[in-house]
Amino acid sequence: MAEWEAVIGLEVHVQLQTRSKIFCACSTRFGDPPNTNVCPVCLGLPGALPVLNQAAVEMAMKAALALNCRINRFSRLARKNYFYPDLPKGYQISQYEQPLAEHGYLMVEGPAGPNRASETPAVQKRIGLTRVHLEDDAGKSIHDGFADSARNSYVDLNRSGTPLIEIVSDPDIRSPQEAYDYLTRLKEIMLFLGVSDCNMEEGSLRCDANVSVRPRGAERFGVKIEVKNLNSFRFLKQALEYEIDRQIAALEDGGTLTQETRLWNTDEQRTLGMRTKEFAHDYRYFPEPDLMPLIVSEEWEERVRAGLPELPEARRERFRAQYGLREYDAGVLTVSRPLADYYEEVAGVCGDPRAAANWVQGDLLGALNAAGKDITESTVSAQHLGELVRLIGEGAISGKIAKTVFEKMLAGGQTPQEIIAAEGLAQISDASALEKVVAEVIAASPKQVEQFRAGKQEVLRYFVGQIMKATRGRANPALVNQLLKKHLV
Amino acid sequence: MELKGLTIARVRGALESGETTAAALAGQVLAYAQQENRRNNAFLVFSPERAMAQAQRIDEMVKRRQPLPPLAGVPLAVKDVIVTRGLRTTCASRILANYVPPYDATAVRRLEEAGAVIVGKTNCDEFAMGSSSENSAYAPVRNPRDLERVPGGSSGGSAAAVAADMCVVALGSDTGGSIRQPASFCGVVGLMGTYGRVSRYGLVAFASSLDHIGPFGKTVRDAAALLEVMAGRDPSDSTSAAVPVPPYLAELDRPEARDLRGFRVGVPREYFAAGLDPEVGDRVHSSIERLRGLGADIRDIRLPHTDYAIACYYIICMAEASSNLARYDGVRYGVRSPRCRNLSLVECYRATRGEGFGPEVKRRIMLGTYVLSAGYYDAYYRKAQKVRALVARDFSEAFRDVDVIVTPVAPTPAFRLGEKTEDPLRMYLSDIYTITASLAGIPGISVPCGANGAGLPIGMQILARHFNEPAMLRAAQAFELSGAQ
Repeated sequence: MAEWEAVIGLEVHVQLQTRSKIFCACSTRFGDPPNTNVCPVCLGLPGALPVLNQAAVEMAMKAALALNCRINRFSRLARKNYFYPDLPKGYQISQYEQPLAEHGYLMVEGPAGPNRASETPAVQKRIGLTRVHLEDDAGKSIHDGFADSARNSYVDLNRSGTPLIEIVSDPDIRSPQEAYDYLTRLKEIMLFLGVSDCNMEEGSLRCDANVSVRPRGAERFGVKIEVKNLNSFRFLKQALEYEIDRQIAALEDGGTLTQETRLWNTDEQRTLGMRTKEFAHDYRYFPEPDLMPLIVSEEWEERVRAGLPELPEARRERFRAQYGLREYDAGVLTVSRPLADYYEEVAGVCGDPRAAANWVQGDLLGALNAAGKDITESTVSAQHLGELVRLIGEGAISGKIAKTVFEKMLAGGQTPQEIIAAEGLAQISDASALEKVVAEVIAASPKQVEQFRAGKQEVLRYFVGQIMKATRGRANPALVNQLLKKHLV
Repeated sequence: MELKGLTIARVRGALESGETTAAALAGQVLAYAQQENRRNNAFLVFSPERAMAQAQRIDEMVKRRQPLPPLAGVPLAVKDVIVTRGLRTTCASRILANYVPPYDATAVRRLEEAGAVIVGKTNCDEFAMGSSSENSAYAPVRNPRDLERVPGGSSGGSAAAVAADMCVVALGSDTGGSIRQPASFCGVVGLMGTYGRVSRYGLVAFASSLDHIGPFGKTVRDAAALLEVMAGRDPSDSTSAAVPVPPYLAELDRPEARDLRGFRVGVPREYFAAGLDPEVGDRVHSSIERLRGLGADIRDIRLPHTDYAIACYYIICMAEASSNLARYDGVRYGVRSPRCRNLSLVECYRATRGEGFGPEVKRRIMLGTYVLSAGYYDAYYRKAQKVRALVARDFSEAFRDVDVIVTPVAPTPAFRLGEKTEDPLRMYLSDIYTITASLAGIPGISVPCGANGAGLPIGMQILARHFNEPAMLRAAQAFELSGAQ
């Protein structure tokens, strides 16, 4: 039995977060009433002409540069011709022979996969990027949800003309997990750049895959199958796993494969044939005569490059080096730019990066997850959380009291100091004040005193507990220990 | 007032002297044009309300003694491939029979802002595809000089409307000669500026890299007046040029513009070869002698790639057309086939486009689709682009030695209705002298230069290098004025 190897390339579409569309001034806002963000240009009315949105070009350049691409000084928009009701011009304006950027790469973690809680540095694998190009999105066909949906379809053209970049990888991916990692990294980078919200459910991140299998060690590629409808990270992985198994099974049965496009069917958990090569579209690409060539000067490129933010990879590295975080923690805290920014602010305010990491990852993210919220919607500001952690470090409150304070902070608005003052939660670090409590507890527990003096060290915990109870947890634990030892011995 | 031979300057004079009002003139022109239209079918629709509203604005300005804009009260006809807000725009096609645009073309807006009064939309070949205005879904246009003959095309309605005094000036569109050739057939002036000189925003696209909006007038000066108003960068058209617009009229008015001393005029041998009607050749040759009489230095030049231009032009224009016309699918606007009710999506497209487009449009869509197809692109479209560059190079080399180039506009005067409809290739050859300038993107003008024995008008074409409209206009007007004396 031959050993098989999968060969995968991904085509990822990312919607750019420009305020207006790529060829007109209409808003790109998602979720508005159908056909309200439209004009002659994005409706494809007779006589209307496109004008390229420079902000879209810059965002595409940012993405391309972050993906280590070479920006072409001269590129062209091109028409991709096909008929569909949600494509108002009868062609998509894309790029073909001369794309905006080429020859990039992306490093993904090797076979061990992502999110490993290990201290060892990840094995990095380089996935080549063929190209990054600009194009406009089509509108949306709505086939159900209407009383007459059995007979009619509806079209919403609000999305028509939303700027997209298409990022095409080389066939360098070898497993569904690697594809998953690649897409994860790609999304992370786009989020860090702020060029897209990468929301797969709303379609601002879309992925198609080209998959083939070949005997391990073979030079030639097998028959390429395109798999579409991969609307989530999970579906991507599931569809690729299914498709690779299907292809291997077919070949091991002595069958052959034909080049085709297949759709992932979530309900049936399998890919289904959509169209074979003979029915493949001939898109009849040709240079878009309504737009001038896209010229990117060296100065422009440098200006965009200079404005690039620190990317997740670099930031993770820095978190480890600068804050002494474990790889796993650095990974969690750099999942998005707002989270990483939040963490850095907490760390800065409290001066204890490790404690800050524990609080952000544990208590804060836990609370946010439970509330179904994103870091940007946190009711606790990074400043306040930082102060809370600092108060623990300074001994003003205990870690246990801090949890209570944090619970109250979630309600929003109040600083930890305000809560501590209002609730009387400040730690008692005054030896004379505590000494009185210690004396009372010892006096009230003659039996335990006897046990302790007989060498039973565990009883110390009983005394600590009694003192905490008496002070409602406010006693400084270190001081309590010190005083107990002094009075008991 | 007398409509025959009415020009922009006379309209202005009449308004200023109080001889007429803009409203009275608009009413008179509309009444006359509606009557004439029964004979020549130059107009598809009249726009009395829009005309009257604009005329009243002008009359208000006259009354208040406000300075009048350059085209105040000038009756203007607009080819029906140029969109007009609220005014049906059909492109002479069934598929847009009911289409009312929600916006104005930039050229239309600029002309109205300059005071022009739009009296209606003119007939033409469907989507500007044709050389005779017979490919209209709404019956052909007839040449006012001889109603049994075509007015040329595709802007035949605009040329005929100017020739028949149904308006003072008109807008046409020129992709391969669609302004210049009908101007010559109808005996009026027709002008195509440099590609990018006039915004295409609102010109329904036929072949985007070749399409132009341009004016018709009874005189060179009137055509130049429209150009001056329309020309200039438009942020809505990325291919419109940011080149400053010279004051064309002021330059024409300079005393030294009346002759052509020191002017170098090139005559390309290739444009006087086989296929040229002898009478047309004679008239153009004697016109060239008139230019020499005005002091021009006449020079023999060569444009060696001329022979390849027709094939190159039709490949490019059909390729672009096949894509530009894809949007007419009956989904969002226009006429959807009534059969669609019981049809699948693809069948509905077929029914709508099959019923909505005429035969010439279908022919071009099919040929254009073919030349862009996988496996044929290199052999046709890519090669045509290379030839296009060679044709353009011919011109830039020629313009090193001459200021303007003079040629016939068309191989023959106006032909008879139906004469070429069965033979597309012969029809395509009537563009042979005009398409080279279209491919090169240089400006060209057609000026009347006499008539044949049967009294049919003949035109002379004057070409200039990119953005050298002033030289082209100067030669054209000097020639025109020399004939008037």
